[in-house]
Amino acid sequence: MSNPIIIFDKVDMAFGPKVVLNQVSFSVAKGETLAVIGPSGTGKSTVLKLLIGLLKPDAGRIIIDGHDVTEFNEDQWNELRKNMGMVFQYSALFDFLDIEDNIAFGLRQHTNKSEDEIHDIVERILSSVGLEGTEHSYPAELSGGMKKRVSLGRAIALNPGILLYDEPTAGLDPIMSNNISNLIVQTKNNLGVTSILVTHDMVSAFKASDKVAMLNEGRIVAYGTVAEMKNSTNKLVKAFMYGEQFLEAQKKGRKTSD
Amino acid sequence: MNILGFDTNKIENKIGHEVYEACVSTGRVVVLLQDTLRFLATANIKETLRQMAKLGTDSLPIVAMTTMFTGMVLAVQTAKEFIRFGAAESVGGVVAIAMGRELAPVLAGVVVAGRIGAAIAAEIGTMKVTEQIDALRVMATNPVSYLVVPRFLAMVLMLPILIIFANAVGSIGGGVVATNYADISSNIYITSIRTFMEPWDLIGGMIKGAFFGAIIAIIGCYKGLRAKQGAEGVGIATTSSVVTSIILIFVCNYFLSVILYVTGG
Repeated sequence: MSNPIIIFDKVDMAFGPKVVLNQVSFSVAKGETLAVIGPSGTGKSTVLKLLIGLLKPDAGRIIIDGHDVTEFNEDQWNELRKNMGMVFQYSALFDFLDIEDNIAFGLRQHTNKSEDEIHDIVERILSSVGLEGTEHSYPAELSGGMKKRVSLGRAIALNPGILLYDEPTAGLDPIMSNNISNLIVQTKNNLGVTSILVTHDMVSAFKASDKVAMLNEGRIVAYGTVAEMKNSTNKLVKAFMYGEQFLEAQKKGRKTSD
Repeated sequence: MNILGFDTNKIENKIGHEVYEACVSTGRVVVLLQDTLRFLATANIKETLRQMAKLGTDSLPIVAMTTMFTGMVLAVQTAKEFIRFGAAESVGGVVAIAMGRELAPVLAGVVVAGRIGAAIAAEIGTMKVTEQIDALRVMATNPVSYLVVPRFLAMVLMLPILIIFANAVGSIGGGVVATNYADISSNIYITSIRTFMEPWDLIGGMIKGAFFGAIIAIIGCYKGLRAKQGAEGVGIATTSSVVTSIILIFVCNYFLSVILYVTGG
């Protein structure tokens, strides 16, 4: 793989006695989108939290943009995070700020741009996510899909090099899910960002990503391009993709690996 | 759960577990206070002023109401007795000193802990359980600097000002009762205040207010930042913030009274 921007190297993570990630390794090349799929509770969101420094791994190394961030302190993380954005599962918009202030948050905190410049950037972002005219609304006044789009707008406001998506289509209807998937592709094409997309939504994963990694019980059980995953003979992958007897396939997979 | 080799489910270890948890929480509060003081120089002035305005407007009516009736009841309880002993000219001074040194700061502290401390814990707790605190960190913004410092400064600066109002309203309430219920003339009441009360009585109360403001802000923020998932967690954080703040205010008040009025006064 040429020029990996994100490297996960044999990462272990446990919450008390519960092992969430077990020797997980993968890498993501510059400008590539990796979808991390898998059933609930297999550590998908933990991968994102480790990548943005909200959690620290128990073992292994995480390398982002050439920096070994495993032992980074909060100040070092803050420097790195200025080049990263994250779309949260439940949007996590600041409910005490209106939409304009939510999107402008990073610009006001980390740049010296004038209010006029910031206003122009916010207008442009809102237009790109199809939410013109909502500047002065508050998050509580928006639908789930609109909040997700604002969350994406907020994440790209500082033109980050890396974008992380945590279940961006969860809880949305198929049409809105498709819109969000299109926005992810559009963002990648326009900004050239490297992205990691955590999702259960196979349609979104196949549409918006270049490669797919499947996590199960804390381990990566399948990894490949979208075409390779679609043609995979792995029972877990097939069961997860088509929603058929997943638990049975999981048990069989465990027996085989034993 | 097993901590340091002890099974916390065993009854004999529960007390030890509670003591351990209390020590851990104390340590975390001290670390939060230390971080807050570290970021004071970079405080967001606009947000601090917004918090001060919110604190003032939200608290003034309830603080005024509480201290007015306290001043009135103090006059009711002292006026007739003092007249019996020929000390009618002391009533104003007693009411004003009691308000200035103890009642205004403690009552304002307790009322603000219930009103604003709870609001701080609920607001930050809700942000915690809806991942807004994580979003702040992801956007390279320190939650202590952005959320705690303005609230801390606002409380430390605003509570002494509220206490000045509380003193005035409490003394006026006492005066109204003294003149109408015990037939002490308003001149005697005011002269009594001027004779017996010293600036330090008021200043000491304001110093106490600054400490109580710090307690309310730090405990409210700490409980909010440690809120567990869900609405129940926010409710527990809010209640716990009020209870802890009020207990700490009473404990702190004793030591401040000794330092300000016994050792130093």
